Amino acid sequence: MITWRSLFKKFLSDPVALCSGIVLLILVFMAALAPFIAPQNPYDLMQIDIMDSELPPSWHDEGEARFPLGTDEQGRGILSTIMYGTGISLLIGIGAVIVQAILGVTLGLIAGYKGGWIDAFLMRLADIQMSLSTLMIAIIVLAIFSATFDANVYADYAIFMLILIIGIAEWPKYARTVRSSVLGEKNKEYVDAARVIGLPARKVMWKHILPNTLTPVLVISTIQVAEAIMTEAALSFLGLGMPVDKPSLGSLIRSGYELIFSGSWWITFYPAMVLIALILALNLLGDWMRDVLNPKLRRGED
Amino acid sequence: MHILAFLIRRAIQAVIVMFVISLIGFSIQGNLGDPLRELVGQSVSEAERQLLRDELGLNDPFFAQYARFMGNALQGDLGTSYFFKRPALDVILGKFPATFELVLGATVIFLAVSIPAGIYCAINRTSWFARIIMTGSIVGISVPVFLTAIFLQWIFAVELGWLPSSGRGDTITLPWGWDTGLLTIDGLAHLILPSIALSSIMLPLFIRLIRAEMMETMGTDYVRFARAKGLSTRRVRYVHAFRNTLLPVVTVGGLMIGTLIAYTILTETVFQWPGMGFMFLEAINRVDTPLIIAYIIMVGLIFVVVNTVVDFVYTLINPMVKLPGAKS
Repeated sequence: MITWRSLFKKFLSDPVALCSGIVLLILVFMAALAPFIAPQNPYDLMQIDIMDSELPPSWHDEGEARFPLGTDEQGRGILSTIMYGTGISLLIGIGAVIVQAILGVTLGLIAGYKGGWIDAFLMRLADIQMSLSTLMIAIIVLAIFSATFDANVYADYAIFMLILIIGIAEWPKYARTVRSSVLGEKNKEYVDAARVIGLPARKVMWKHILPNTLTPVLVISTIQVAEAIMTEAALSFLGLGMPVDKPSLGSLIRSGYELIFSGSWWITFYPAMVLIALILALNLLGDWMRDVLNPKLRRGED
Repeated sequence: MHILAFLIRRAIQAVIVMFVISLIGFSIQGNLGDPLRELVGQSVSEAERQLLRDELGLNDPFFAQYARFMGNALQGDLGTSYFFKRPALDVILGKFPATFELVLGATVIFLAVSIPAGIYCAINRTSWFARIIMTGSIVGISVPVFLTAIFLQWIFAVELGWLPSSGRGDTITLPWGWDTGLLTIDGLAHLILPSIALSSIMLPLFIRLIRAEMMETMGTDYVRFARAKGLSTRRVRYVHAFRNTLLPVVTVGGLMIGTLIAYTILTETVFQWPGMGFMFLEAINRVDTPLIIAYIIMVGLIFVVVNTVVDFVYTLINPMVKLPGAKS
């Protein structure tokens, strides 16, 4: 078992992990402190002026110092919209992963420990759901949802819907991971001991087996957050995710990308770069964690 | 005989999956928006609306509508698109060639790149070029497919003007009614950027997969034996080792069909490619229920067929796996 201390030491000595950690930290702080440090509140109609629309970044001739990264077509500062948008993307990403973990760990634990038909049924369901792909399931469910309710209702509930749908659609990843660790643990002596002293199955599962399956859960969580953020961005880009007045990074890209043709590239470019940086940092950190915490998974990767 | 039994079993599974999908597809019908609003606008009186509702069968009970829906669906009638005023199946079949050719283009690109790149990275593990490919593949995994599409469009179509930015270009209608863009220069030029965009997200995954599998097979006993027998390096690598990396590639490829279909929606949206995915998004915005249902059923059908074929191919090319239910 690796202690937190040695893990931290390894983290500091790996330049890639350190860099992605710093990038991630900056983005999280930027998003969390957006209401305090953003140059303006882009969703307060009093603070935006249509006269400021489509200004290029401040180092261009027509740019203004008030808007370091330029403005969108409604005169909102890109830097400010990015700060708020990153927060929404992170919130949905983390929220969805919490839902995934709760559902997946519970079902994986049951499947692995009970075995038999429950196991067969859950794993078959997981197979089908995985091969349908999260994005496809989410697109269809949200398409139905957005066509059923009118735009205002949809806008209010979009964030919960995204968290729930991405959360429910990805449970198989956690369930499989937990199940395979449970299969490895359940025949060990300590589990037999717990069973022999007469503890109920529920207690053996949650108190004794679960703590020993959490390392792989931790390992996949970082990459799962990256995937959830990516899925959310794709959905918002299609107009099925966050509405324009509460945009995530994906909806910012959606609202700006057609303006590339008229030369206003910055409206799309900067949110896109932040989105890529966020996903890349999470992926690199996830890869690093997998290598450090779970050397078995490195097989075939040199 | 075993193959026949296997096929029958898979066919039954496919029918069950399709039944569930049709049920989902149908139950949407009752709940999706008000088609009349989209169809006639505000000026039509309530009496006329009721008449139209009866005419379209929108007032019938759920099960009566489902029975009619299934009966019609089995005869290839998935309803009439509210927007196009044509049978939904015709609309979707008309869009199918565009999506198919896009997927074909992406497949060609990604096979042509990922196989050599994966093999190269497995053989020359420590060379700087392999390292660049491996680093690039992590970056590649982190760029959402719609951003790749937007950047390609921005750089090569808008800024440089080398390739067309949207649409399918000139198409030729083949005798059996298939519109192809593959036979005209203009059509091929339009296909390049969308195909690259669509292949971009699968590419890094497959490079890593092929590399990992290749490295594993290179270390197995039969490869060492082939080498010890004095066969040429080339033969050992490409005939003995590489052939066995194809198995996981086929499996993972089959598993990714759902993802691939989802990505066609994104790619087609950016490039306004007149395929099924772009049509589906438009249908959602227009609340064109029959078309939405037709799309879901079509996607379900493609999914089931591809998965069955992949399973079948897998059992055919893998000497170690017997067909389920077959006696040895």
